[in-house]
Amino acid sequence: MNAPAFVLRPAAGTAPELVLSGRWTLRALAEVGAPWRRALAAHARAGVGGWDCRGIERLDSAGALLLWNLWGRRLPDAIRLSNEQRAIFARIAAAPSAVVEPQLPLAWLAGLGRRGLALSRYLADFVALLGQLALDGLHLLRRPVDLPWREISATVYRSGVQAMPVTALVGFLIGVVLSYLSALQLRQFGADVYIVNILGLGIIRELGPVLVAVLVAGRSGSAMTAQLGVMRVTEEMDALAALGVPQGLRLVLPKVAALAVVMPLLVLWTSASALFGGMFSAHLQLDIAYGYFIEALPRAVPVANLWIGLAKGAVFGVAVALVACHFGLRAKPNTQSLSVNTTASVVAAITVVILIDALFAIATRNIGLPQ
Amino acid sequence: MSDNVIGVRDLSTRFGTQWIHRHLDLCVVRGERVALVGDSGSGKTTLLRQLIGLLTPTQGEVRLFGEPLFGGGVARERALRQRFGVLFQQGALFSALNVFENIAFPLRELKLLDAATIRDLVMLKLAMVELRPEDARRMPAELSGGMAKRVALARALALEPELLLLDEPTAGLDPDRSEGFERLILRLGEELGLTVVFVTHDLDTVATLATQVAVLAEQRILAYDTIDAVLRLDHPFVRGFFHSGRGRRAFARLD
Repeated sequence: MNAPAFVLRPAAGTAPELVLSGRWTLRALAEVGAPWRRALAAHARAGVGGWDCRGIERLDSAGALLLWNLWGRRLPDAIRLSNEQRAIFARIAAAPSAVVEPQLPLAWLAGLGRRGLALSRYLADFVALLGQLALDGLHLLRRPVDLPWREISATVYRSGVQAMPVTALVGFLIGVVLSYLSALQLRQFGADVYIVNILGLGIIRELGPVLVAVLVAGRSGSAMTAQLGVMRVTEEMDALAALGVPQGLRLVLPKVAALAVVMPLLVLWTSASALFGGMFSAHLQLDIAYGYFIEALPRAVPVANLWIGLAKGAVFGVAVALVACHFGLRAKPNTQSLSVNTTASVVAAITVVILIDALFAIATRNIGLPQ
Repeated sequence: MSDNVIGVRDLSTRFGTQWIHRHLDLCVVRGERVALVGDSGSGKTTLLRQLIGLLTPTQGEVRLFGEPLFGGGVARERALRQRFGVLFQQGALFSALNVFENIAFPLRELKLLDAATIRDLVMLKLAMVELRPEDARRMPAELSGGMAKRVALARALALEPELLLLDEPTAGLDPDRSEGFERLILRLGEELGLTVVFVTHDLDTVATLATQVAVLAEQRILAYDTIDAVLRLDHPFVRGFFHSGRGRRAFARLD
């Protein structure tokens, strides 16, 4: 393969002519490098008597474009071309130049407005989702046969049963760490036995539900968003609608119902695992017998805390599923939108869970706490 | 330099226990436009994927431009892959990028061109596939099937390939668009001196575009010849494919 080349040929009377040869193709030109192109450009600027392109073996549009730009986007007067080359340059001359994006004044203001509108659309969509869910609920009251049992049970299995090992492990480790750190402090005051109160209240009322909600948001919430998003990409969503299957009833409601049912159970399971971890650590650190721990727990923690924890679990489950479905249904059929919405789903779900937790803390401040 | 753009020798492919190809040979000379035809499931798309190195054959070798597809380092493999362009059946445009960025992508990957050159080249390619400059800012999801194929063709041609491979170029297009797309491929093929290999089910496409027809049947290339010669062949597949009612109508126009 011959590299592109140029030589000056002296001409009688005028400035010397530039004779081009070799392969003027994208790849060949890329290989010869920048200094060579600069030398060619210097010749073009200095002005040559003429250009002879007939020796070029192969000219593609990249090569032709290079010459075209050197010539100031027009054919020079003194030029020798073959017919095919003339056709290539005619094509370049006919090509329109790029459309330049007009720069708006006050672009920042427009950007702010767009963000505001986007936020209001989010809220409107979320309200619409809630409304649809309420309508679906009413519909089910009138026609209980339409209850999507299979979908609910599948979600219970995937989001609940399959999450049991990971929630147990995380709960156990958190319990061990919490107990260990508390034990270090309590021992200084000789208040060893209060480890039961700290772990019991902290885990059952607060840590268990939040921990499960965060894990489920990351594990199942993201999966739900991705599932709905991909169904949009592959037009499955449209196929369902065309078959007359209501989207809300078949896709959203089962997820919300399943998480509302399974999350309290997961909370119970995880809290138990965390308490077990705490008990284990307290036994090692403070020499508190397992029997004493179990016996002291109901005395230290009023049973109302358990109900608060389970209620939190159900509410968090509903919130995680709703947020996940909201972002999943918003996904546009492209890869970028899918990833953006999945990320947003997890972040929003965790934020919403923490917000709801704060509201719970305020609403239940007089319930279940030892006086 | 050899003038064999594609050289397939003694290629065999096995999926699980099933042989798709056995001792398949194919040789495509520069400047030909080859239609690869065969029954559904005869391994046309598999062969195409082997030609572009997405699949490795169980046995045998594929050579493009006289060079083997695999081996010799990343740089060589990459340089070889820049010498051919592929149009996938659904276009396979990058859905997160707009039309301009889709066509600019392979040019940017070269890391040798400045932004102004890339812009000029993209606009040139857009004009070559008969799209308007305004289309550059649209997203793939907003394009009709025909336009998406044109954009995909522009992307396949971005690196000035010598060989163009098309998987079902006219599938999913209405007859009018199909004809327009065939004309476009024909014109570009001649202007750019391309060698074209395409898989198709569409007899009209075969009749319009192909200078040679490769018939894939009985796990090998049963025949590789001009349309007229292939039409004279006496084989169940040829009878079913070319001499059906549709086939006769498509080829009646050739005479």
